[in-house]
Amino acid sequence: MSVKFTKDHEWIKTDGETAKVGITQYAADQLGDVVYVEVPEAGKTIAKGDAIAVVESVKAASDVYAPIDCEVVEGNAELSGAPETVNSSAEADGWFAIVKVSNPSQLDELMDEAAYKAYLESL
Amino acid sequence: MRLRGEMSQELLQTPLSGLWAEMGARMVEFAGYNMPVQFKDGVIKEHIWTRENAGLFDVSHMGPSNYELLDKSNLTPDEAHIKIAKVLEPILPCDIQGLKRGQIRYTTLLNDDGGIIDDLMVARPVSDFDQGGLYIVVNAGGKNDDWRIFDEIGAGIAKTIRLDENALVALQGPKAKEAIKIIAPEAANLGFMNFDKFTTKWGEVTISRSGYTGEDGFEILLGKDFCLEAINELLANEDVKAIGLGARDSLRLEAGLCLYGHDLDNSISPIEADLKWTIQKCRRERADFKASERILAELANGPSRKRVGIEFLDKAPAREGVEIQDQDGNKIGIITSGGFGPSLGGPLAMAYVDSKFAEIGTPVNLMVRGVARPAKICGMPFVPHNYYRP
Repeated sequence: MSVKFTKDHEWIKTDGETAKVGITQYAADQLGDVVYVEVPEAGKTIAKGDAIAVVESVKAASDVYAPIDCEVVEGNAELSGAPETVNSSAEADGWFAIVKVSNPSQLDELMDEAAYKAYLESL
Repeated sequence: MRLRGEMSQELLQTPLSGLWAEMGARMVEFAGYNMPVQFKDGVIKEHIWTRENAGLFDVSHMGPSNYELLDKSNLTPDEAHIKIAKVLEPILPCDIQGLKRGQIRYTTLLNDDGGIIDDLMVARPVSDFDQGGLYIVVNAGGKNDDWRIFDEIGAGIAKTIRLDENALVALQGPKAKEAIKIIAPEAANLGFMNFDKFTTKWGEVTISRSGYTGEDGFEILLGKDFCLEAINELLANEDVKAIGLGARDSLRLEAGLCLYGHDLDNSISPIEADLKWTIQKCRRERADFKASERILAELANGPSRKRVGIEFLDKAPAREGVEIQDQDGNKIGIITSGGFGPSLGGPLAMAYVDSKFAEIGTPVNLMVRGVARPAKICGMPFVPHNYYRP
């Protein structure tokens, strides 16, 4: 298992052929109270950089981008009844989708945890 | 996801911007000012706190002003009031002449086509000495333009004295009437939509019983040199918390109140905006304001589009700009303010729709990211007003 991060504050945790995708705690904190989450349907193919989910705070809707090309295996159905999970557990229970990674080499282009931490400090 | 960038440009500061930043507020640019959008509690808790206790909002970015006759030497106080009222009545279609002393009215500033340049509060002072002046509070975004319009129409007769270097704060919520006593005990006796000036240990303070949350509350104009001390005393009260612009927006939306630039603009008339109550009967009869022809025709025959509330039958919020369709997929309107109502416990929106579809209960679809979400036209407010009615 390994976790990688994007500059847009998504994380992707790979486990064999599949991976979970979410946003970082930093992003969730910046967003404020999450009141609605739209997760993708199983079977949908999504290109790297396209929207994989939508998170809505009281004030605004924000797209969550797919860190890599992927096919959705499952959206997190729990979030529709408990969108605040994104605030309380952004990097665990607040995941948006389980995906099949189309091109594993794309993962190498992402930041590891140390690099993401350094990136946050540079902001 | 894209997060809002940190501020870099030169922003205007209110007399309180520094205090909010010290308190750990998240600061954003709003109308050119450095303003707190939320404090540590976050929008939902701040919103609920205001509905249950008392929230303190910095609205110093707005435009408080006095509009005064240049010469009232040969006039009685009441004559002076009539004279200044007549200067502005052609562009403000509310009964200014008929204001009682201390009374405030909400009105709109009209352009030649009957569209709304801004929405504002106009008030008649209490004392004999101050007659021939009006206390006017306009929105931040257009304040310089508004004041220029007032000065042009009053050229040689009246002029604007801007007061926006001072601190303007709103104290809102059911516990505001107790907390206001910290500033001026007598202000707790003000009637709804009334104002006066009070002598306090922080100098002369102008307080109105008004607000933008649907709750009882006050708007307080404090001199810039003494405001910090007064604000710190208010915040030391356990019922009072500082609240950011995020909750201010969700509170006003639940209260069904318009936000200029979103729910009102240069093309929208007061009748389309469902603000006909702001045009008193005597003004309709006299028909002596800009574009009265359009406005009276809309009053008589109904406008072609109308501001309505949207009741969601689904959990997905719909934001400003979302298209509204009828059951056959035809575009019938657009959302102008949309979000989540913490007191309502779900999404809510304000919209303009073709009048044929404006009746309460009409089923519509909201086109959110390509998906039709079912909704209904509803009345407003979404959360009952809780104004002071002794």
